[in-house]
Amino acid sequence: MSYPTNLRIVKVPCTGRVAAIHLLRAIEKGADGVFIAGCMEGDCHYQEGNLRAKKRVTYIRGLLESIGVDRERVAMYNLSAGMGPRFAEIAQEMTDKIRQLGPLVKSTNAGKEVVA
Amino acid sequence: MIMAKPKKAEEIISRVKDFSRVLVAGCKGCVAICEAGGQKEVEVLASAMRIHFSQIGKRIEIDEVSLSRQCDKEYLQELADSIDSYDAVISLACGAGVQFLTEMYGEKPVFPGVDTCFIGVTEEQGVWSERCQACGNCMLGETGGICPITRCSKRMLNGPCGGSENGKCEISLLVGRDVACGWHLIYERLKKLGELERFRRPSEDKDWTASRDGGPRQIIRKDVRP
Repeated sequence: MSYPTNLRIVKVPCTGRVAAIHLLRAIEKGADGVFIAGCMEGDCHYQEGNLRAKKRVTYIRGLLESIGVDRERVAMYNLSAGMGPRFAEIAQEMTDKIRQLGPLVKSTNAGKEVVA
Repeated sequence: MIMAKPKKAEEIISRVKDFSRVLVAGCKGCVAICEAGGQKEVEVLASAMRIHFSQIGKRIEIDEVSLSRQCDKEYLQELADSIDSYDAVISLACGAGVQFLTEMYGEKPVFPGVDTCFIGVTEEQGVWSERCQACGNCMLGETGGICPITRCSKRMLNGPCGGSENGKCEISLLVGRDVACGWHLIYERLKKLGELERFRRPSEDKDWTASRDGGPRQIIRKDVRP
């Protein structure tokens, strides 16, 4: 099992900890795409952290679109801690998508991604 | 508290696109509670603007600040040393804050970042609704603590009108959500209080000069003036 090396993982205790600003900051600091890998819906140890994260992702996607940035640069995935191969699959899928979209700002390092 | 909702980012961006240094100024008062103009919203707006301008290759410096309030001079004073270094300010305060900031720093263009909506309450997280129109002549003591000026769509002093059906106002259809009939609420409340006699006498004429009919309002209290 392997996943793209351009991925930078930011660990959080629960995806409910990921605020809207964290997604934007990642992009602002040079990531060309960000995805949140949360627990399966209904399986959140903190009841609804992943559902809150989902709402924030939806909000940020809308905000990005309104300022001329492709909404696909931010995404939410749900998988359990035991689904390693699925994580690798998602990481590859997101990387491919971002590569297709190209770098957000031409002068910065292309292909960087952040996952929370 | 005063309720506001965020303006669209693209509208704000279009206002400041020709400046070089812009300050996004939030307010930690009412607009922070209704999640429209507090520190969190300042951070998100400023970050979104930086992403937008860097994406289109435009160099605009965007800074952030959040003041305790923008409707008091002592807090606005905190900007005195830095405001000259900005070409424009986006204020996420309510309309009062935006105007007070403009008055204090007259030479600086100030743009609103929120639409100020009403005086209201937090019904639940993410749901705010109007409770007061600041008419300047409160009659809540006569109407069981429910304001007919705010809760009745027609601001009737003696209701309900013929458009009230099953406790709902006739505008419900128009606005696409159930709007309670203010006078129905007043009736039910007075019934609970055993004060239905109130409906036997009409409300006294209201002095609207205390409201907007008297122009911009001002309160001067000699007892608290220095």
